Amino acid sequence: MCLAIPARIVELEADKAVVDAMGNRFKAKTTLLPQARLGDVVLVHAGFAISLVDEEEAKKTWELFAEIESFEKTPNKLSG
Amino acid sequence: MLDRIVNAQHQIDDACKQLDRPVTIMEVCGTHTVAIFRSGIRSILPASVKLLSGPGCPVCVTDQGYIDAVLELTQRDDCLIATYGDMIRVPGRHGSLETLASKADVRVVLSSEDALQLAKDNPGKTVVFIAVGFETTAPATAVAVKEAAGQDVENFCILSGHKLVIPAMRALLSGMNDRIDAFLCPGHVSVIIGFGAFGEIVDEFRRPCVVGGFEPVQIIEALAEICRQLASGQVQLKSIYSAVVTEKGNTAAQTIVAEVFEPVDGYWRGLGKIPASTLALRERYRRFDAFERFGLADQPGQDDSGCRCGEVLCGLIDPPQCVLFARQCTPQHPIGPCMVSSEGTCAAWFKYGRRD
Ligand code: SF4
Repeated sequence: MCLAIPARIVELEADKAVVDAMGNRFKAKTTLLPQARLGDVVLVHAGFAISLVDEEEAKKTWELFAEIESFEKTPNKLSG
Repeated sequence: MLDRIVNAQHQIDDACKQLDRPVTIMEVCGTHTVAIFRSGIRSILPASVKLLSGPGCPVCVTDQGYIDAVLELTQRDDCLIATYGDMIRVPGRHGSLETLASKADVRVVLSSEDALQLAKDNPGKTVVFIAVGFETTAPATAVAVKEAAGQDVENFCILSGHKLVIPAMRALLSGMNDRIDAFLCPGHVSVIIGFGAFGEIVDEFRRPCVVGGFEPVQIIEALAEICRQLASGQVQLKSIYSAVVTEKGNTAAQTIVAEVFEPVDGYWRGLGKIPASTLALRERYRRFDAFERFGLADQPGQDDSGCRCGEVLCGLIDPPQCVLFARQCTPQHPIGPCMVSSEGTCAAWFKYGRRD
Protein backbone atom coordinates (compact mmCIF):
# COMPACT_ATOMS: atom_id res chain seq x y z
CA MET A 1 0.00 0.00 0.00
CA CYS A 2 3.04 2.23 0.09
CA LEU A 3 3.13 2.03 -3.67
CA ALA A 4 3.24 5.24 -5.58
CA ILE A 5 2.49 5.16 -9.28
CA PRO A 6 3.74 7.66 -11.84
CA ALA A 7 0.89 8.97 -13.95
CA ARG A 8 0.37 11.80 -16.41
CA ILE A 9 -2.15 14.54 -15.65
CA VAL A 10 -4.61 14.50 -18.55
CA GLU A 11 -7.32 16.68 -17.02
CA LEU A 12 -7.01 19.29 -14.30
CA GLU A 13 -9.62 21.47 -12.67
CA ALA A 14 -8.61 23.27 -9.47
CA ASP A 15 -7.05 20.42 -7.41
CA LYS A 16 -9.02 17.65 -9.11
CA ALA A 17 -7.11 15.77 -11.78
CA VAL A 18 -7.60 12.79 -14.03
CA VAL A 19 -4.34 10.93 -14.49
CA ASP A 20 -3.19 8.23 -16.87
CA ALA A 21 -0.82 5.41 -15.95
CA MET A 22 -0.09 2.92 -18.69
CA GLY A 23 -3.50 3.55 -20.24
CA ASN A 24 -5.40 3.29 -16.96
CA ARG A 25 -7.19 6.49 -16.06
CA PHE A 26 -8.19 7.41 -12.55
CA LYS A 27 -8.90 10.40 -10.35
CA ALA A 28 -6.22 12.02 -8.26
CA LYS A 29 -5.98 15.27 -6.32
CA THR A 30 -3.17 17.77 -6.57
CA THR A 31 -3.83 19.36 -3.15
CA LEU A 32 -0.38 18.28 -1.96
CA LEU A 33 1.35 19.36 -5.16
CA PRO A 34 -0.09 22.76 -6.04
CA GLN A 35 2.60 23.36 -8.68
CA ALA A 36 1.39 20.42 -10.82
CA ARG A 37 0.20 21.35 -14.32
CA LEU A 38 -1.66 19.63 -17.13
CA GLY A 39 0.68 17.21 -18.92
CA ASP A 40 3.04 16.74 -15.94
CA VAL A 41 4.00 13.25 -14.88
CA VAL A 42 3.40 12.96 -11.14
CA LEU A 43 3.84 10.28 -8.50
CA VAL A 44 0.38 9.31 -7.21
CA HIS A 45 -0.08 7.67 -3.85
CA ALA A 46 -3.43 6.91 -2.16
CA GLY A 47 -5.25 9.20 -4.57
CA PHE A 48 -2.91 12.17 -4.25
CA ALA A 49 -0.09 13.49 -6.42
CA ILE A 50 2.94 13.75 -4.12
CA SER A 51 5.78 14.77 -6.44
CA LEU A 52 6.81 15.51 -10.00
CA VAL A 53 8.63 12.70 -11.79
CA ASP A 54 10.76 12.78 -14.93
CA GLU A 55 9.63 10.72 -17.92
CA GLU A 56 12.59 8.36 -17.81
CA GLU A 57 11.99 7.49 -14.15
CA ALA A 58 8.26 7.08 -14.79
CA LYS A 59 8.87 4.52 -17.53
CA LYS A 60 11.11 2.41 -15.29
CA THR A 61 8.60 2.50 -12.46
CA TRP A 62 5.72 1.52 -14.78
CA GLU A 63 7.62 -1.64 -15.63
CA LEU A 64 8.23 -2.47 -11.98
CA PHE A 65 4.65 -1.68 -11.10
CA ALA A 66 3.34 -4.02 -13.77
CA GLU A 67 5.22 -6.84 -12.07
CA ILE A 68 4.17 -5.96 -8.53
CA GLU A 69 0.60 -5.64 -9.69
CA SER A 70 0.67 -9.10 -11.14
CA PHE A 71 2.02 -10.26 -7.76
CA GLU A 72 -0.85 -8.51 -6.04
CA LYS A 73 -3.38 -10.19 -8.29
CA THR A 74 -2.48 -13.57 -6.85
CA PRO A 75 -5.34 -14.78 -4.63
CA ASN A 76 -3.61 -13.64 -1.44
CA LYS A 77 -4.18 -10.00 -2.11
CA LEU A 78 -7.02 -7.53 -2.24
CA SER A 79 -5.97 -4.37 -3.94
CA GLY A 80 -4.95 -1.50 -1.74
CA MET B 1 22.72 -0.37 -18.04
CA LEU B 2 24.53 -3.68 -17.70
CA ASP B 3 27.86 -1.92 -17.30
CA ARG B 4 26.42 0.13 -14.45
CA ILE B 5 25.33 -3.07 -12.70
CA VAL B 6 28.72 -4.73 -13.27
CA ASN B 7 30.48 -1.61 -12.09
CA ALA B 8 28.42 -1.48 -8.91
CA GLN B 9 29.04 -5.16 -8.34
CA HIS B 10 32.80 -4.58 -8.57
CA GLN B 11 32.58 -1.71 -6.11
CA ILE B 12 30.72 -3.94 -3.67
CA ASP B 13 33.28 -6.74 -4.08
CA ASP B 14 36.20 -4.37 -3.57
CA ALA B 15 34.63 -2.75 -0.53
CA CYS B 16 33.87 -6.13 1.02
CA LYS B 17 37.45 -7.34 0.53
CA GLN B 18 38.68 -4.19 2.18
CA LEU B 19 36.22 -4.53 5.06
CA ASP B 20 36.86 -8.22 5.63
CA ARG B 21 33.81 -8.61 7.89
CA PRO B 22 30.11 -9.22 7.37
CA VAL B 23 28.06 -6.20 6.35
CA THR B 24 24.38 -5.91 7.27
CA ILE B 25 22.19 -3.50 5.33
CA MET B 26 18.53 -2.97 6.20
CA GLU B 27 15.86 -1.70 3.83
CA VAL B 28 12.90 0.00 5.49
CA CYS B 29 10.40 -0.03 2.67
CA GLY B 30 8.06 -2.80 1.58
CA THR B 31 8.40 -1.87 -2.07
CA HIS B 32 12.19 -2.20 -1.78
CA THR B 33 11.72 -5.62 -0.18
CA VAL B 34 9.71 -6.82 -3.16
CA ALA B 35 11.97 -5.07 -5.69
CA ILE B 36 15.11 -6.63 -4.18
CA PHE B 37 13.67 -10.13 -4.30
CA ARG B 38 12.26 -9.70 -7.79
CA SER B 39 15.55 -8.43 -9.20
CA GLY B 40 17.56 -11.37 -7.89
CA ILE B 41 20.13 -8.95 -6.44
CA ARG B 42 20.74 -11.18 -3.43
CA SER B 43 22.21 -13.87 -5.62
CA ILE B 44 24.93 -11.62 -7.05
CA LEU B 45 26.08 -10.11 -3.75
CA PRO B 46 29.13 -11.45 -1.92
CA ALA B 47 28.24 -13.85 0.89
CA SER B 48 29.44 -11.31 3.43
CA VAL B 49 26.64 -8.85 2.54
CA LYS B 50 23.45 -9.57 4.42
CA LEU B 51 20.27 -7.76 3.41
CA LEU B 52 17.60 -7.41 6.06
CA SER B 53 14.02 -6.23 5.65
CA GLY B 54 13.01 -3.85 8.40
CA PRO B 55 9.76 -2.33 9.59
CA GLY B 56 8.83 -1.03 6.13
CA CYS B 57 5.39 -2.45 5.55
CA PRO B 58 2.69 -0.30 7.15
CA VAL B 59 0.22 -3.11 7.66
CA CYS B 60 2.91 -5.32 9.21
CA VAL B 61 4.11 -2.78 11.78
CA THR B 62 0.57 -2.07 12.98
CA ASP B 63 0.29 -3.39 16.51
CA GLN B 64 -2.17 -6.12 17.39
CA GLY B 65 -3.88 -3.72 19.83
CA TYR B 66 -4.81 -1.46 16.91
CA ILE B 67 -6.08 -4.46 14.91
CA ASP B 68 -8.21 -5.46 17.92
CA ALA B 69 -9.61 -1.91 18.14
CA VAL B 70 -10.58 -2.12 14.46
CA LEU B 71 -12.18 -5.51 14.98
CA GLU B 72 -14.13 -4.19 17.96
CA LEU B 73 -15.73 -1.66 15.63
CA THR B 74 -17.06 -4.47 13.45
CA GLN B 75 -19.43 -5.36 16.29
CA ARG B 76 -21.31 -2.09 15.91
CA ASP B 77 -24.14 -1.71 13.46
CA ASP B 78 -23.87 2.08 13.31
CA CYS B 79 -20.41 2.02 11.71
CA LEU B 80 -19.14 1.74 8.21
CA ILE B 81 -15.47 0.82 8.12
CA ALA B 82 -13.41 2.15 5.23
CA THR B 83 -10.00 0.55 4.85
CA TYR B 84 -7.13 0.10 2.45
CA GLY B 85 -7.27 -3.41 1.01
CA ASP B 86 -4.17 -4.73 2.75
CA MET B 87 -5.71 -4.44 6.21
CA ILE B 88 -8.72 -6.56 5.53
CA ARG B 89 -7.11 -9.97 5.99
CA VAL B 90 -4.86 -9.24 8.96
CA PRO B 91 -5.87 -11.80 11.56
CA GLY B 92 -6.93 -10.83 15.08
CA ARG B 93 -7.73 -13.20 17.92
CA HIS B 94 -11.19 -14.04 16.62
CA GLY B 95 -10.85 -13.43 12.90
CA SER B 96 -10.06 -10.68 10.42
CA LEU B 97 -11.97 -7.67 9.15
CA GLU B 98 -13.02 -9.82 6.25
CA THR B 99 -14.51 -12.60 8.37
CA LEU B 100 -15.78 -10.47 11.26
CA ALA B 101 -17.69 -7.96 9.20
CA SER B 102 -20.92 -9.23 10.66
CA LYS B 103 -22.69 -6.10 11.74
CA ALA B 104 -20.55 -3.30 10.45
CA ASP B 105 -20.20 -2.69 6.81
CA VAL B 106 -16.55 -2.95 5.64
CA ARG B 107 -15.53 -1.26 2.39
CA VAL B 108 -12.17 -1.25 0.67
CA VAL B 109 -11.12 2.21 -0.47
CA LEU B 110 -8.15 3.39 -2.50
CA SER B 111 -7.98 6.82 -0.93
CA SER B 112 -8.99 8.79 2.16
CA GLU B 113 -11.09 10.86 -0.22
CA ASP B 114 -13.20 7.80 -1.04
CA ALA B 115 -13.77 7.27 2.68
CA LEU B 116 -14.92 10.86 3.09
CA GLN B 117 -17.26 10.44 0.12
CA LEU B 118 -18.72 7.32 1.75
CA ALA B 119 -19.55 9.44 4.80
CA LYS B 120 -21.34 11.99 2.64
CA ASP B 121 -23.25 9.22 0.84
CA ASN B 122 -24.23 7.41 4.05
CA PRO B 123 -25.45 10.06 6.49
CA GLY B 124 -27.11 7.43 8.71
CA LYS B 125 -23.77 5.76 9.54
CA THR B 126 -20.47 6.82 11.01
CA VAL B 127 -17.66 6.14 8.57
CA VAL B 128 -14.44 5.13 10.31
CA PHE B 129 -11.39 5.39 8.09
CA ILE B 130 -8.66 2.92 9.07
CA ALA B 131 -5.78 5.34 8.68
CA VAL B 132 -2.56 3.35 8.51
CA GLY B 133 0.62 4.05 6.60
CA PHE B 134 3.87 5.94 6.92
CA GLU B 135 4.76 9.53 6.08
CA THR B 136 3.84 8.86 2.46
CA THR B 137 0.21 8.14 3.31
CA ALA B 138 -0.46 10.46 6.26
CA PRO B 139 -0.81 13.63 4.11
CA ALA B 140 -3.75 12.08 2.24
CA THR B 141 -5.50 11.42 5.56
CA ALA B 142 -4.72 14.94 6.74
CA VAL B 143 -6.37 16.42 3.63
CA ALA B 144 -9.52 14.34 4.21
CA VAL B 145 -9.73 15.38 7.88
CA LYS B 146 -9.33 19.03 6.96
CA GLU B 147 -12.02 18.72 4.33
CA ALA B 148 -14.34 16.96 6.77
CA ALA B 149 -13.81 19.82 9.21
CA GLY B 150 -14.33 22.46 6.54
CA GLN B 151 -17.51 20.83 5.26
CA ASP B 152 -18.79 19.71 8.69
CA VAL B 153 -18.97 16.04 7.72
CA GLU B 154 -19.52 14.97 11.32
CA ASN B 155 -20.23 11.32 10.55
CA PHE B 156 -16.62 10.88 9.39
CA CYS B 157 -13.77 9.93 11.68
CA ILE B 158 -10.39 8.24 11.48
CA LEU B 159 -8.60 5.65 13.58
CA SER B 160 -5.10 6.98 13.22
CA GLY B 161 -2.34 4.41 13.22
CA HIS B 162 -0.03 6.47 11.02
CA LYS B 163 3.61 5.72 11.80
CA LEU B 164 6.86 7.60 11.41
CA VAL B 165 9.88 5.78 10.01
CA ILE B 166 12.75 7.67 11.62
CA PRO B 167 11.74 6.97 15.25
CA ALA B 168 11.59 3.27 14.31
CA MET B 169 15.11 3.41 12.82
CA ARG B 170 16.29 5.06 16.01
CA ALA B 171 14.63 2.38 18.15
CA LEU B 172 16.36 -0.37 16.15
CA LEU B 173 19.76 1.25 16.48
CA SER B 174 19.24 2.04 20.15
CA GLY B 175 19.54 -1.58 21.15
CA MET B 176 16.91 -3.67 19.36
CA ASN B 177 19.19 -4.66 16.51
CA ASP B 178 22.75 -3.42 16.65
CA ARG B 179 23.85 -5.61 13.75
CA ILE B 180 22.56 -2.99 11.30
CA ASP B 181 25.51 -1.28 9.58
CA ALA B 182 23.54 0.92 7.20
CA PHE B 183 20.10 1.74 5.86
CA LEU B 184 18.74 1.69 2.35
CA CYS B 185 16.22 4.46 3.03
CA PRO B 186 12.64 4.35 1.80
CA GLY B 187 12.11 6.18 -1.48
CA HIS B 188 8.49 7.21 -1.21
CA VAL B 189 8.71 8.25 2.44
CA SER B 190 11.63 10.44 1.36
CA VAL B 191 9.47 12.06 -1.32
CA ILE B 192 7.46 13.57 1.55
CA ILE B 193 10.00 14.13 4.35
CA GLY B 194 13.00 14.82 2.08
CA PHE B 195 16.25 12.86 2.21
CA GLY B 196 17.70 15.48 4.55
CA ALA B 197 15.51 14.05 7.32
CA PHE B 198 17.76 11.00 7.61
CA GLY B 199 20.69 13.25 8.53
CA GLU B 200 20.01 12.70 12.23
CA ILE B 201 20.60 8.94 11.85
CA VAL B 202 23.88 9.54 10.04
CA ASP B 203 25.08 12.13 12.56
CA GLU B 204 23.98 10.46 15.73
CA PHE B 205 24.47 6.77 14.96
CA ARG B 206 27.23 7.00 12.35
CA ARG B 207 25.37 4.76 9.90
CA PRO B 208 25.27 5.41 6.15
CA CYS B 209 21.78 6.31 4.93
CA VAL B 210 21.26 6.10 1.19
CA VAL B 211 17.95 6.76 -0.55
CA GLY B 212 17.57 4.62 -3.63
CA GLY B 213 14.97 4.03 -6.33
CA PHE B 214 13.28 0.75 -7.12
CA GLU B 215 14.95 -0.34 -10.36
CA PRO B 216 17.54 -3.12 -9.99
CA VAL B 217 20.32 -0.80 -11.15
CA GLN B 218 19.26 1.89 -8.69
CA ILE B 219 19.15 -0.58 -5.85
CA ILE B 220 22.56 -2.10 -6.56
CA GLU B 221 24.09 1.35 -6.98
CA ALA B 222 22.66 2.33 -3.60
CA LEU B 223 24.14 -0.81 -2.05
CA ALA B 224 27.49 -0.06 -3.71
CA GLU B 225 27.41 3.45 -2.28
CA ILE B 226 26.73 2.03 1.19
CA CYS B 227 29.56 -0.53 0.95
CA ARG B 228 31.96 2.11 -0.36
CA GLN B 229 31.10 4.38 2.58
CA LEU B 230 31.55 1.57 5.10
CA ALA B 231 34.93 0.59 3.61
CA SER B 232 36.22 4.15 3.52
CA GLY B 233 34.83 4.97 6.96
CA GLN B 234 33.25 8.12 5.54
CA VAL B 235 29.67 7.80 6.60
CA GLN B 236 27.30 10.05 4.68
CA LEU B 237 23.75 10.89 3.82
CA LYS B 238 23.08 10.44 0.14
CA SER B 239 20.18 10.24 -2.28
CA ILE B 240 20.68 8.57 -5.61
CA TYR B 241 16.97 8.77 -6.37
CA SER B 242 17.23 12.37 -7.45
CA ALA B 243 14.60 12.11 -10.18
CA VAL B 244 11.92 12.03 -7.49
CA VAL B 245 13.39 12.84 -4.08
CA THR B 246 14.62 16.25 -2.97
CA GLU B 247 16.48 17.21 0.17
CA LYS B 248 13.55 19.08 1.68
CA GLY B 249 10.75 16.85 0.38
CA ASN B 250 7.18 17.93 -0.22
CA THR B 251 6.74 20.94 2.06
CA ALA B 252 3.04 21.36 1.23
CA ALA B 253 2.45 17.82 2.49
CA GLN B 254 4.61 18.38 5.60
CA THR B 255 2.66 21.55 6.43
CA ILE B 256 -0.75 19.94 6.26
CA VAL B 257 0.40 16.90 8.29
CA ALA B 258 1.82 19.21 10.97
CA GLU B 259 -1.42 21.18 11.06
CA VAL B 260 -3.66 18.14 11.52
CA PHE B 261 -1.46 15.69 13.45
CA GLU B 262 1.04 15.63 16.27
CA PRO B 263 3.54 12.84 16.99
CA VAL B 264 2.75 10.83 20.11
CA ASP B 265 4.22 7.68 21.65
CA GLY B 266 2.88 4.66 19.83
CA TYR B 267 2.97 0.88 19.76
CA TRP B 268 4.57 -1.06 16.93
CA ARG B 269 4.41 -4.76 16.28
CA GLY B 270 7.71 -6.23 17.40
CA LEU B 271 9.29 -2.89 18.25
CA GLY B 272 7.02 -2.06 21.17
CA LYS B 273 6.42 1.46 22.39
CA ILE B 274 8.43 4.07 20.50
CA PRO B 275 8.47 7.72 21.60
CA ALA B 276 6.92 10.25 19.20
CA SER B 277 6.41 7.63 16.50
CA THR B 278 2.68 7.69 15.80
CA LEU B 279 0.48 10.49 14.49
CA ALA B 280 -2.54 11.50 16.56
CA LEU B 281 -5.05 14.20 15.68
CA ARG B 282 -4.40 17.60 17.20
CA GLU B 283 -6.89 19.07 19.68
CA ARG B 284 -8.53 21.14 16.97
CA TYR B 285 -9.43 18.01 14.95
CA ARG B 286 -10.02 15.67 17.90
CA ARG B 287 -13.72 15.35 17.11
CA PHE B 288 -12.71 13.23 14.12
CA ASP B 289 -10.77 10.82 16.33
CA ALA B 290 -12.40 7.37 16.30
CA PHE B 291 -10.48 6.32 19.44
CA GLU B 292 -12.25 9.10 21.37
CA ARG B 293 -15.60 8.80 19.67
CA PHE B 294 -15.93 5.09 20.43
CA GLY B 295 -13.95 4.97 23.67
CA LEU B 296 -11.31 2.69 22.16
CA ALA B 297 -7.89 2.39 23.70
CA ASP B 298 -4.66 2.46 21.75
CA GLN B 299 -2.88 -0.09 23.86
CA PRO B 300 -0.48 -2.90 23.10
CA GLY B 301 -2.19 -6.05 21.90
CA GLN B 302 -1.51 -9.71 22.50
CA ASP B 303 -0.78 -12.10 19.70
CA ASP B 304 -0.55 -15.71 20.75
CA SER B 305 -0.72 -17.31 17.34
CA GLY B 306 2.98 -18.20 17.42
CA CYS B 307 3.65 -15.72 14.62
CA ARG B 308 7.15 -14.21 14.77
CA CYS B 309 6.42 -11.14 12.61
CA GLY B 310 7.79 -8.95 15.40
CA GLU B 311 11.24 -10.50 15.09
CA VAL B 312 11.01 -10.49 11.29
CA LEU B 313 10.25 -6.75 11.36
CA CYS B 314 13.29 -6.03 13.54
CA GLY B 315 15.51 -8.06 11.21
CA LEU B 316 16.25 -10.52 14.02
CA ILE B 317 15.13 -13.57 12.05
CA ASP B 318 14.46 -14.39 8.42
CA PRO B 319 10.95 -15.74 7.75
CA PRO B 320 12.03 -19.37 7.19
CA GLN B 321 13.20 -19.39 10.81
CA CYS B 322 9.54 -19.18 11.84
CA VAL B 323 8.25 -22.76 12.14
CA LEU B 324 4.89 -21.73 10.71
CA PHE B 325 6.44 -20.31 7.51
CA ALA B 326 5.17 -22.06 4.37
CA ARG B 327 3.57 -24.74 6.52
CA GLN B 328 0.58 -23.40 8.45
CA CYS B 329 1.29 -19.85 7.25
CA THR B 330 0.96 -19.15 3.52
CA PRO B 331 -0.45 -16.24 1.51
CA GLN B 332 -3.72 -18.20 1.23
CA HIS B 333 -3.87 -18.80 5.00
CA PRO B 334 -1.80 -16.06 6.58
CA ILE B 335 -1.18 -16.30 10.33
CA GLY B 336 0.53 -12.92 10.59
CA PRO B 337 0.48 -9.60 8.75
CA CYS B 338 3.92 -10.11 7.18
CA MET B 339 2.33 -12.88 5.14
CA VAL B 340 -0.88 -10.96 4.40
CA SER B 341 0.57 -7.88 2.79
CA SER B 342 2.12 -8.17 -0.64
CA GLU B 343 4.88 -5.93 0.71
CA GLY B 344 5.37 -8.11 3.76
CA THR B 345 8.71 -9.80 4.25
CA CYS B 346 7.20 -13.26 4.76
CA ALA B 347 5.10 -12.92 1.60
CA ALA B 348 8.17 -11.82 -0.39
CA TRP B 349 10.19 -14.78 0.91
CA PHE B 350 7.31 -17.10 0.13
CA LYS B 351 6.98 -15.85 -3.41
CA TYR B 352 10.59 -15.26 -4.40
CA GLY B 353 12.96 -16.33 -1.73
CA ARG B 354 12.49 -19.92 -0.77
CA ARG B 355 15.39 -21.12 -2.82
CA ASP B 356 17.70 -18.43 -1.42
S1 SF4 C 1 5.69 -16.91 8.45
FE1 SF4 C 1 3.64 -16.30 9.09
S2 SF4 C 1 3.52 -16.81 11.23
FE2 SF4 C 1 5.70 -16.80 10.69
S3 SF4 C 1 6.39 -14.74 11.11
FE3 SF4 C 1 5.76 -14.74 8.98
S4 SF4 C 1 3.62 -14.08 9.02
FE4 SF4 C 1 4.16 -14.66 11.13
